[in-house]
Amino acid sequence: MNKAGDVSLAFGKALVEIGREDKNVVVLDADVSHSTRTYMFKEEFPERFYDVGVAEQNMMGVAAGLALTGKIPFVNTFSVFAVARVFDQIRQSIAYPHLNVKICGAAAGISLGDAGPSHHSLEDIALMRSLPGMTIVIPADRVETEKAVKAIARYKGPVFFRLSRGIKPDIYDENYEFRIGKAVTLQEGKDVTIIGTGTMVAKALEAREQLSLEGINTEVVNLHTIKPLDEGAIIKSAKKTGCVVTVEEHSIIGGVGSAVAEVLVENGNVPMQRVGIRDIFLESAYTEDLMEYYGLSVEDIAKSVKRCLEKKSLIENKS
Amino acid sequence: MKVRVSSDDNIYKMLNHKATLIRRDLVRMSKGKHLHFGGSLSIVEILVVLYFHIMRHDPKNPNWVERDRFILSKGHAVPALYAVLAEAGYFPVSQLSSFRELHSVLQGHPYSKTLGVEASTGSLGQGLSVGSGMILGARLDGKDYYVYVLIGDGEANEGAIWEASLFCSSYKLNNLIVIMDRNHFSATGPMKGRVDIDPVADKWRAFNWDVLRVNGHSVRELILAIKKTKKGKKQPSIIIAQTVKGKGISFMENRAEWHNNKLSEEQYKSALSELGSVQE
Repeated sequence: MNKAGDVSLAFGKALVEIGREDKNVVVLDADVSHSTRTYMFKEEFPERFYDVGVAEQNMMGVAAGLALTGKIPFVNTFSVFAVARVFDQIRQSIAYPHLNVKICGAAAGISLGDAGPSHHSLEDIALMRSLPGMTIVIPADRVETEKAVKAIARYKGPVFFRLSRGIKPDIYDENYEFRIGKAVTLQEGKDVTIIGTGTMVAKALEAREQLSLEGINTEVVNLHTIKPLDEGAIIKSAKKTGCVVTVEEHSIIGGVGSAVAEVLVENGNVPMQRVGIRDIFLESAYTEDLMEYYGLSVEDIAKSVKRCLEKKSLIENKS
Repeated sequence: MKVRVSSDDNIYKMLNHKATLIRRDLVRMSKGKHLHFGGSLSIVEILVVLYFHIMRHDPKNPNWVERDRFILSKGHAVPALYAVLAEAGYFPVSQLSSFRELHSVLQGHPYSKTLGVEASTGSLGQGLSVGSGMILGARLDGKDYYVYVLIGDGEANEGAIWEASLFCSSYKLNNLIVIMDRNHFSATGPMKGRVDIDPVADKWRAFNWDVLRVNGHSVRELILAIKKTKKGKKQPSIIIAQTVKGKGISFMENRAEWHNNKLSEEQYKSALSELGSVQE
C-alpha cells in the first residue's frame, strides 16, 4: 500500500463525470464548495449547480423539490451539518417520501480535527441508520469513492454518502467493482475478523500485518455500506473466525459496531470488541493526534483484536 | 362589460358554493375524530380559488408534467386539502371518512404518495424550500408551471421559512407564489403578545418579495391578487391573506381550542346546520 490518493478530489471528479453522463444530476452546496470540491462541477455545469449560502435546512428542502421534478440532487456540506443540523428536514422531506436525494457529508468523523468538536461528526451514522429506507455508503479510498459516487447516482432513493478528506492510502485498483450493500472481504483469515469502514479500513489492514508477525491470522472486511447491511457477510465471517472487531471513525454508539452487534446477537453470538470514539466529545488537535490519543490507532485495533481473542479462548476453554 | 361582470359573478358564486361544500365535508370527515378545524377552515377559500379556478391541473392525470403544483406547508390543515382534492376528483368524496384510519391513503399530515399531494409536510417550515426546488427543476426542464406554497403565520416562527425566503428572492423565483394564511393564531392561542410576526409585510419586502394583502375569504380578492402576481414580476410574490381561524362555524371562529379538536354530537349537528343545505 505505497500509493495514496486524494479522496475529496476523487469525489469532485466523479461528480463531474456523472454530470456528463446524466443531465439530471444537480449539485447543491452550502458555501463550502472549495472544501467539498463541488466547485469542479460548478465550473463545468454552472446551470446545474446551486450555491444555497449558509442555509443547510433550506438546502435539504430545495433538494427534495428538485428530486420531486425528476432531478438527482447531490447535496454537500460538512457531514456534521449535513446530518445533525438538518435531521428533521432529511427525515420529513426526503426519507419519509423516499426521494432520490444524495446527502454527501464531507470531512466526516474527525477529518476536521483541529476545528474541534463543533466540526467533528461522530454521530452521523447513528442518526442516519435510524431512518427507514436510507442507504448509507462510506468509501475507504480514492477508487472506491469514485465507483461509489457512480453507483449511488444510478440507485434510486435517498443515500447518505459519508466522506473523509485528504490523501488516503489506496486499497483498490481501477478494476474494483463496487456494489451497494455488498461487503468486501479484503483479506481472508481464520482467527479473528476485523470489520472496518471508511478511512479505518486502511488501518485495519495495517493492524493485520502487525498481528501476522505474532502469528495471528486476521480476516479484514470492508463494510462500505452500513445500510442495507450485508448481514450474510457478517454472519459468515463471524462463524468462520469466531470473534469480531469493528473499527470506525465514529462513536461506538449507533454506528458500525452497533450495527454488527445487532446482527450477531441474533445470529450466533460471538465475542466482539468495538474500536471507535468512546462516547465523549473530543477536542481540537490534528486528526492523527486525536486518533492516536482517543483510541483509533493501528495499535488500538491490534490491542482490541487480542482482547477479543482472549474472550474467544475463554469461551473455547469452557466448552 | 356587463356580461363580463356577470360571468365573474357566476365564478365567484360557484367558488363560494364549493367553499361551503368543503366546509361541510370537513365536518363530516371529522365524525368521532380530532381534526385541525381552525387552520383548515381558514384556508378553504384559498384552496378553492386555486383548485377550481387558477391552477392548471388534471385530476385524471395527477402526474401531468406541465401541471401547476400546490404545497401545503402548514401540513396540519390537510383535511381541507383532502376535501378539495376529493371534490376536484382525485379520489372519491366517500374516502374522506377514512382520514387517519389504519391503511387509509389519507394520512394525518400530507404524504406525497397520496394522489394529488405534491410534498410531504407536517413538520412546519419546510414546504417553501421544497417548492423552490420544484421551480429550479422546472427551469432546467424549460417548463413554465407555477408552484403555490401555502404557509401559516404561526409557521413563520420557524427560521427555515426565512432561509427559504432569502433563497427564493436571491434566485428570483418569479413562478413561485406564496400565500400566507394570516389568521393571527398559532396552536396555543393568539400570536399577539407572544411571538408575533408583525410587521409581516415589511419583513417580506425587506427580503425582496412582492407583497400583496387580501381578504383571504374573498374569492374575488384572491383571484385578482393571484392574477396580479403573475404579471411581469421579476421577484417571487407573497399574498398575505387575512383570515379568520375557524371561519364559517361560529363557535370555532377565533377560538384557540378549535385548533385541533373533536365535535360533540350536538356540535356536529349545529355546525352542519349552520353551513346550510347545499346542493351536492
